Amino acid sequence: MAKLVSRPEMSLAEKVYVPEVARGLGVTMKRFFKNTFTKDNDVATVLYPEERREYPARFRGVHRLTHREDGSPRCVACLCCSTACPAQCIHIEPGEYGPDDPRHGYERFPEVFVIDELRCIFCGYCVEACPCDAIRMDTGLHMPPSMAREDFIYDKETLMSIPGRDGTHATENPRHEPGDPTYPGVTREQGHG
Amino acid sequence: MTTTDIAIATLLKIAFILGIAFAAALILIWAERRQSAKIQDRVGPTRADITIFGRRITLWGLLHPFADALKFLFKEDFVPPRADKLLHAAAPLLTVVTAVAAFAVIPFADTLYPRFAGEVLPQDGMIRGPVIHMQVASLSVGILFLFAVAGTGVAGAAIAGYASDNKYSLLGGLRAASQMVGYEVALGLALIGSFMVYGTLLPEEMVRWQADHGLWGILVQPVAFILFFAAATAENKRIPFDVPEGESEIVGGYFTEYSGMKFGMFFLGEFFELVLLAAVLTTVFFGGYDLPGLERNGFEGFGWVLPLSHWVVIALQALTFVVKLALLIWFQLMVRWTLPRFRYDQIMKLCWKYLLPLALVNIMVTGIVILLIGG
Repeated sequence: MAKLVSRPEMSLAEKVYVPEVARGLGVTMKRFFKNTFTKDNDVATVLYPEERREYPARFRGVHRLTHREDGSPRCVACLCCSTACPAQCIHIEPGEYGPDDPRHGYERFPEVFVIDELRCIFCGYCVEACPCDAIRMDTGLHMPPSMAREDFIYDKETLMSIPGRDGTHATENPRHEPGDPTYPGVTREQGHG
Repeated sequence: MTTTDIAIATLLKIAFILGIAFAAALILIWAERRQSAKIQDRVGPTRADITIFGRRITLWGLLHPFADALKFLFKEDFVPPRADKLLHAAAPLLTVVTAVAAFAVIPFADTLYPRFAGEVLPQDGMIRGPVIHMQVASLSVGILFLFAVAGTGVAGAAIAGYASDNKYSLLGGLRAASQMVGYEVALGLALIGSFMVYGTLLPEEMVRWQADHGLWGILVQPVAFILFFAAATAENKRIPFDVPEGESEIVGGYFTEYSGMKFGMFFLGEFFELVLLAAVLTTVFFGGYDLPGLERNGFEGFGWVLPLSHWVVIALQALTFVVKLALLIWFQLMVRWTLPRFRYDQIMKLCWKYLLPLALVNIMVTGIVILLIGG
């Protein structure tokens, strides 16, 4: 069934057009004078490089690698993030701790941890995938611009040097190191028995 | 006065008019952006800057026109391979030259008597001695010259459209041509009522009529003002009549294939036409250089007289003219940022079915009234 579309009749003033033009001019002039001559203007522009608005709390910015209390990376080189990464921009080379290290046989560490920030699509899957809360994107920064491609290849030291929004390199989740009372006491050699 | 004197006076007048036109065009590049920003709750241009003694100076964005000019100069001047090179280069020139030439008949102050420049003139009576008319050319055809020259502007748009070897350009040129030719008729007829009231075609006489009667043209011929303003805006191809360059339909219209300084000249031509329209509106409808109360001998009113020497009066009149010009330009920009674009058929309908008959009715009513009150 056909639907009856109501087409409102224009009044004479609207048909003549001139009064409506005057009305429109009234609107634009009100805005013009308000924004030009009064302090209480509606200008919403943020003059970007000089004025900055803080990004929202869940903004995914540049990656950072969180630290343990001794300053080493929390990353255990499990390769979850590089596996999850759809852009394949994360490159990790795991290393074993020496036989004397208390962490030997318990976990590994990244010898090389590189993110190509130009390939990265900032999807946040690496953060989701990380079991250790080692990689985060909560820096609140976007990538600093540069003219050289090499500047966008972030290595382990660069990633570890970027603090979170609170200015620290820590995370909310505590770690349970070998020797801690909360340490579950399991090593790779022991297995779960 | 010797021929040399006349030549110097004429050159000075040309310099004054061109100075106003160029300054206005430069400021307009800024004003169009800044004013639209204010209307739309934005800040507008602030980026172009020069650093002096470590301080960044932006002058509220007033440096942008200079940045634009630099950019225009250094851009590649692209000509399509199969374009008509001569016509492609001639079209922007035609647009600018016609717009500038039309300023010649606009009077920007009362007649100057150089011999008495430092004295207070008597209020009435003839004054002997050499005279300088404060307009570049006092032509006997008067305002018809303006129509003739401004009408040539259509050639610029049409030639640009034809010479670019681009379908969008051609469409834009055709649209511009048919629109401008159509509105030319309404434009001329709209002013006939004013001509009948003033009884002259000379712009300087029109201003004098308004000054003598203390009645500005907009009060005598309000309908003619609206008709003329609408027709002239269409003639300038400015919003809401800017279909010849409708970006959403035909890319850039007739100047799609223009870049660099040639595009800059179209740009400049549009702004000249804007200033020209303001000048014509001032002359015909807003009393030209007439400032109420300012007579030949100084300010007078309410039994209170402030005698001013002749050159001060002339300078004040020129200033009045410039201020009126600025206000009308501001008003045109307000209109431009208020109204949405018409559809092409609406533009043609408005011209031939409304403006033209209304202009004819206006002429008839004006004639009847003039007959009734006996001229």
